[in-house]
Amino acid sequence: MKVLTANRLSDGIAVWYADGGWAEAVGHADVAHDKAAEDRLEAIGAAAAANNEVLDVNVIDVTIVDGLVEPVRLREKIRAAGPTIHPDLGKQASPQAQRAA
Amino acid sequence: MYRYDEFDHDFVQARVAEFSDQVKRRLAGEITEDQFRPLRLMNGVYLQLHAYMLRIAVPYGTLNSRQLRMLAHIARKYDKGYGHFTTRQNLQFHWPALADVPAILADLASVEMHCIQTSGNCIRNVTADHFAGAAADEIADPRPYAEILRQWSSVHPEFSYLPRKFKIAVTGAERDRAAIQAHDIGLHLKKNAAGELGFAVYVGGGLGRTPMVAKRIRDFLPEADLLSYCTAILRVYNLYGRRDNKYKARVKILVHETGVEEIARQIEAEWQQLKDTELKLPEPDIQAINAYFAPPALSARPEGDALVKQARLDSKSFSEWLDQNVVTHRHPDYAAVTISLKGIGEVPGDVTDSQMEAVADIAEKYAFDELRVSHEQNLILPHVARADLKAVYDALVEIGLATANSNLISDIISCPGLDYCSLATARSIPVAQEISRRFASLERQREIGELKLKISGCINACGHHHVGHIGILGVEKKGSELYQVTLGGSADENTSVGEIIGRGFSSDEITDAIEQIVDTYLGLRLNSDERFIDAYRRVGPAPFKEALYAGETKAA
Repeated sequence: MKVLTANRLSDGIAVWYADGGWAEAVGHADVAHDKAAEDRLEAIGAAAAANNEVLDVNVIDVTIVDGLVEPVRLREKIRAAGPTIHPDLGKQASPQAQRAA
Repeated sequence: MYRYDEFDHDFVQARVAEFSDQVKRRLAGEITEDQFRPLRLMNGVYLQLHAYMLRIAVPYGTLNSRQLRMLAHIARKYDKGYGHFTTRQNLQFHWPALADVPAILADLASVEMHCIQTSGNCIRNVTADHFAGAAADEIADPRPYAEILRQWSSVHPEFSYLPRKFKIAVTGAERDRAAIQAHDIGLHLKKNAAGELGFAVYVGGGLGRTPMVAKRIRDFLPEADLLSYCTAILRVYNLYGRRDNKYKARVKILVHETGVEEIARQIEAEWQQLKDTELKLPEPDIQAINAYFAPPALSARPEGDALVKQARLDSKSFSEWLDQNVVTHRHPDYAAVTISLKGIGEVPGDVTDSQMEAVADIAEKYAFDELRVSHEQNLILPHVARADLKAVYDALVEIGLATANSNLISDIISCPGLDYCSLATARSIPVAQEISRRFASLERQREIGELKLKISGCINACGHHHVGHIGILGVEKKGSELYQVTLGGSADENTSVGEIIGRGFSSDEITDAIEQIVDTYLGLRLNSDERFIDAYRRVGPAPFKEALYAGETKAA
């Protein structure tokens, strides 16, 4: 399973592709279950980068935990939550927003 | 300290205007990321995991209170209320919006600061001994030469697209506190038999994936020849340095592959063409730059001795701080103070906006408005009257910056690691925090004595782990963080690269392993004066390997 992630051009904040737009939380990101869907995400990412909405576009591995998308690799978990040393900073600082996104 | 002249002001303002326009065009979609990336990097703007990162140059680590207050203002207004001091004596903000960067640069320019050459394959911020101008063992202040190098290297057209980044450090004392042998060029300012100033020149040091100790290619270079000789080194590097492989592109690889004698010969040949050109430094110009670094007028404050003596009796914690964080000044009534940014369990090098403002107040009130950033990620007040030490200590206690651990095991250098950095393969700050907590007892730390522990979260070695007495390198192995330990590194006048001691440790094991190494040292040292590094050099890795891994061998 994969989702599409990038950083927003204007402020660099990590975002994930969800529901036709870029969400600030990974939880409800659009999940690709097969190669064709993954290719579609890649194409969306490339178009968004070309359109100067985002940069550093990547398709990453995820799993589903309690109905929410969670990245597999530690690097991506930290991107999705915020610095582990600062629970008060990053997405983890407002868990509701993270779930609702 | 150095003050901008009209040319400097115009130059920085022009750069702010230029980059502001580039940011505007980028945000408007007029230029692509591929086009913009090299431009933003030339202005210190990186992209990290959570956001952009802005790296601000602090030339040779020298700051005044006005500048530190501006950094506090930027932290508060545009970032998340804190900044991170780096091993290049710079400051990084980890959360700026690209759209705000032009305003930040304008604010910085108003206090004679900028982000130029804090990234890219150019000559980076020139670093120097953080006790420059204050140290009792100093031959001469290295900062005027660092400033001359800064002026020469700023947007130098020939050296703006080198094979790879290029780092220069200068020390003016026998005791090397600037890690010059871990630099592309290391300069040791000294006097010859005739009493003239000049430099021992080292070239080809560096850390990263191929750590190398710099080689001395010249014992004494007259000061007037500083720029012509450095130009010769850069020219040889620019011509022959490898551009085909990023990982072999640093000058250390060229020196290593060419051989020291041959590279010294090539540099010498190049220098012969340059030494009597306009690059020869005119004496009046050296004097003019030197004048900017004239020490403050240090009036006699002989009452300090009695005051310090009494304050020691009154306060054990002050006495401990004095022993650990205060060093001898060339003036007997004064001292240089290390403000530890390594509180127990804190993030090494991080400082909040309000702490920055309070430190600026202290510097203004008690330290002639001078501050330094050390490459060990601490702040320094280089000139404090001994009579004012207690007042400075009390003020630092109030803001939680009076930890008495300078040069002890909890005075850890750590890169930001995987908590922030897009290159990192493992976290480094949590490891630093856990080790710091494990060794929280100051009594125990003092019993252990001087111990330089350095942590990097990837092979690029921003945390200088190769030259830590104990070095820790975090890597990713099978999806988990794994920490490799090196022992025996050192970044002083006897620079050495540490040796990997054996298999790595998981994040759950690493603090225990460090404790075992320290206990092994305590058990084998000749006496309490034998530092960890000296004991390691005497006995080698065997006792440490035995302590860490013997159980495994037997079990196997």
